[in-house]
Amino acid sequence: PLAAAAMAAKRGTDEMRDRVVLGEFGVRNVHTTDFPGNYPGYEDAWDQRRFEEAFRVDIIREEEGALEFDMVGIDAAIANAFRRILLAEVPTMAVEKVFVYNNTSIVQDEILAHRLGLIPIRADPRLFEYRNQGDEEGTEIDTLQFQLKIKCSRNPQAAKESSDPNELYFNHKVYSKHMTWVPLGNQTDLFPDADFRPVHDDILIALLRPGQEIDVLMHCVKGIGKDHAKFSPVATASYRLLPDITLLQPIEDEAAEVLQKCFSPGVIEIQNIKGKKVARVANARLDTFSREVFRHDGLKNLVRLARVRNHYIFSVESTGILPPDVLVSEAIKILMGKCQRFLNELDSVPME
Amino acid sequence: VQADGTDGNCVTFVLHEEDHTLGNSLRYMVMKNPDVEFCGYCITHPSESKINFRIQTRGSLPAVEPFRKGLNDLMGVCQHVLNTFEVRLLSEERRGL
Repeated sequence: PLAAAAMAAKRGTDEMRDRVVLGEFGVRNVHTTDFPGNYPGYEDAWDQRRFEEAFRVDIIREEEGALEFDMVGIDAAIANAFRRILLAEVPTMAVEKVFVYNNTSIVQDEILAHRLGLIPIRADPRLFEYRNQGDEEGTEIDTLQFQLKIKCSRNPQAAKESSDPNELYFNHKVYSKHMTWVPLGNQTDLFPDADFRPVHDDILIALLRPGQEIDVLMHCVKGIGKDHAKFSPVATASYRLLPDITLLQPIEDEAAEVLQKCFSPGVIEIQNIKGKKVARVANARLDTFSREVFRHDGLKNLVRLARVRNHYIFSVESTGILPPDVLVSEAIKILMGKCQRFLNELDSVPME
Repeated sequence: VQADGTDGNCVTFVLHEEDHTLGNSLRYMVMKNPDVEFCGYCITHPSESKINFRIQTRGSLPAVEPFRKGLNDLMGVCQHVLNTFEVRLLSEERRGL
């Protein structure tokens, strides 16, 4: 009895330490509490070796623009730091200044400039430097120049009655493939094999009619998402915690069928044991936690919905400028750079 | 970086050009240090990008030490995460995935 009570208490604290529990009306145990001194009997002080033993990364799926991977054994603060850096502090190249020589299209100059800025440019930002503040001209190490020069004209061979603009006009749709790279200075020597162009060729920039023309010169600079969202290298980067569903009592027959419908398909599977249908948690990872189970009074006390506190399922989708695995590596290096910056300042400035 | 406090044990660092990204992760690493009695950070105003990072130590340890240790530990974590991630990537590539 005493030992059983002690075991139950330990299970309770273990649950508080490593699960975030989703109750019917709220979420419990949200914050990390495993700091030294909070739990007697637990070794909570930072130990790099213990961290390295418990930590692992699993790559689940890698497609051309998207990466799904798991990080196990890390805390929310650091996982969130990586997510924030992926969104806002990994640099890319994007159009910043647009020199409009001629724009007789229906799209206003500033709208056109805004649209051009949002186009992702396939240029590795690690090859370039940031532009110095106050430098208006732009040198070859920090600027990429693009030109967009297009004029719409009437097609003399079109049929008399046709109303299809594709037949009637030439160049009436301005796509991103019409942007051409104009090398600055010695960029042809610095980047002999490089092919700087927008990531996608079929982004529609503007529509023209005969007689209208667009003639602009664009300067791309290196920037970060914190400055303007056009510099963000990810379509999105997000994480979720691994779901953990436990059945507190065996659930059979009709209740099992109802339970299976409460969760996303594939989470609960029904096994036939000695003629009876018994529910079993097959793959909790697929669940999206709609909490449908709390609407059924018979089932809501038999299931515990929780999330594993230190198991993060990251999903990174890149816009195409850099592959997602490179983006994650760069984000981790940027966090290291921040720490290094403060360490250097600590060493150089004398503390009074 | 500015330091300000009554004695060496309770120090508030003002970190410029930083926000929750470094603040929260550094706070976690410093809290894991058993010598630290109190550690917290706050963003003084959302329009200015600076954070007040406060450390109070138990006993007579100067507060700069947990700060430095926290930064070094965070560097260690990042380095290990980077190494593990790249090793996994290489092994996946080698398996032809």
